[in-house]
Amino acid sequence: MRRKKSRGPWLERYSAVILATVLLAAWQVLVPLSGLSEFVLPTPVAIATRIVNELPLLATHAYVTLFEVVSGFAMGVLVGIPLALAIFYSRAFERAIYPILVALQTVPKVALAPLLVLYLGYGWAPKITLAFLISFFPIVISTVVGLQALDKNLVNLVRSMGASEWQTFFKVRLPAALPNIFGGFKVAVSLAVIGAVIGEYVAAERGLGYLQLQANSLFDTTLNFATVVAISGLGVMLYFVIDFVESRVTYKRDTK
Amino acid sequence: MNAIVQTGAAVDISRLSKIYKTREDEDVVALDKIDLKFEPGTFVAVVGPSGCGKSTLLSLLAGLIGASTGTIAIDGEAISKPHPKIGVVFQSDLLLYWRTVLENILLPIEIKRLDVARYRGRAEELLAQVGLEGFGNKYPSELSGGMRQRVAICRALIQEPGLLLMDEPFGALDALTREQMIMDLQSMWMRLGNTVLFITHGIDEAVFLADRVLVMSPRPGRVDLDLNIDMPRPRQWSRIHENKDYHGYVRKIRDIFEAKGILVAH
Ligand SMILES: Nc1ncnc2c1ncn2[C@@H]1O[C@H](COP(=O)(O)OP(=O)(O)OP(=O)(O)O)[C@@H](O)[C@H]1O
Ligand SMILES: [Mg+2]
Repeated sequence: MRRKKSRGPWLERYSAVILATVLLAAWQVLVPLSGLSEFVLPTPVAIATRIVNELPLLATHAYVTLFEVVSGFAMGVLVGIPLALAIFYSRAFERAIYPILVALQTVPKVALAPLLVLYLGYGWAPKITLAFLISFFPIVISTVVGLQALDKNLVNLVRSMGASEWQTFFKVRLPAALPNIFGGFKVAVSLAVIGAVIGEYVAAERGLGYLQLQANSLFDTTLNFATVVAISGLGVMLYFVIDFVESRVTYKRDTK
Repeated sequence: MNAIVQTGAAVDISRLSKIYKTREDEDVVALDKIDLKFEPGTFVAVVGPSGCGKSTLLSLLAGLIGASTGTIAIDGEAISKPHPKIGVVFQSDLLLYWRTVLENILLPIEIKRLDVARYRGRAEELLAQVGLEGFGNKYPSELSGGMRQRVAICRALIQEPGLLLMDEPFGALDALTREQMIMDLQSMWMRLGNTVLFITHGIDEAVFLADRVLVMSPRPGRVDLDLNIDMPRPRQWSRIHENKDYHGYVRKIRDIFEAKGILVAH
């Protein structure tokens, strides 16, 4: 659908960029005016410069965090999807597992981080576990909801064509649930980043969370900010990777 | 071979009952010992008030639910599960939005694991017959409600069904589109010659389209009237009111509803 004014779409498309630019510019200008020391609040330009200068360092640690996030998320998918299928297909299983899942979900996963370190040591294992624990719930829930939301008439339709349950699943149930599933993936991957970084805060020798703690202890606020940017960048990148995969395997119902 | 040669299936329903159990464990008799025989190639319409068991009858014929008692035979073959000779059109088009029009029409072929490439030409032919030539690569969201229901009809016809089941297929369409679809269905059926079971709330479209109208009443679901409609074809929707017989048939059906208290005369 065409918008009323020709300027509309342009403004709409770049509105986020424009707003971000305005905010960053304000930040840049207000820091020296406020009299705050660069050690307390560095300017965006200073942070950007630092990022460029420290790119190899940031990249080394980012790889570690990326590995933990992707591993934890992948585990979330590998465990979450089959669990969702079991919940969807078995009423008894749903009755048994759902209350436990919900109860577990009320435990703040972050609070498990020290325990995980205690059990799994200082390596990547507790980080991956935390990323997994924190990301698998939205995957399970969104997959179950997606599968349950299907119009029952669609199932009748393909059954009237003689479809087996196997065919019904792959021709109708799964494709219809994909938008929900991918929505869950997007939430999950952002949470997995949080999980991995928290794990690194507790105990680590590498990773962006570790780097940030180092910057903190050295009162290197600029590097601290640079790390925050890197962590966000990691999350955004993973989000768009999933978004890209989604655009490849699904057709958007509404292109408006 | 391009010419479409289809022969309608013979349907034999005997002592057919369906009793549902409610959540409170009460019995709902949706169909009560129904006996029906459809000659091959007959267009049968079923009218009746909401809840009289029309969709239940269709689901039984489609093999989607099992009968409580009685049997259904298609061309002499008893059915208990979906039969390949049967095509179904539901009230909503039930197109898969992530598939193109052509892919939707070919869905039954895929499910039956037949050679999809061989049926592509046939699918395009059907599309042309319902006035949707060249729409094969569009997505359902790009089509109007009437167009989508046409695609759903093509999908039901791709399997060359001897028996076509339609459950209020035009119920969700506006009056003008519905009128056009009724006319198009008639010509399509006259070409194909399959047996049709057409469920509707519209007495007018039932009488217009059918060779035979079954009037059902609820609790328990029974056929109260089995009316043969004897009017020459092709029938013309815009001129049907000039036909004296038409009004007689409509009157008969309304009388039943009034006698049963389903329609109240003032
Ligand atoms: N799955 C079910 N469980 C219990 N009762 C059911 C079920 N399906 C249908 N019924 C009942 O059986 C009766 C017949 O239902 P059916 O859907 O066949 O009616 P219908 O004639 O198609 O009505 P409508 O014109 O509203 O579509 C109704 O009383 C309905 O409540
Ligand atoms: Mg019905």
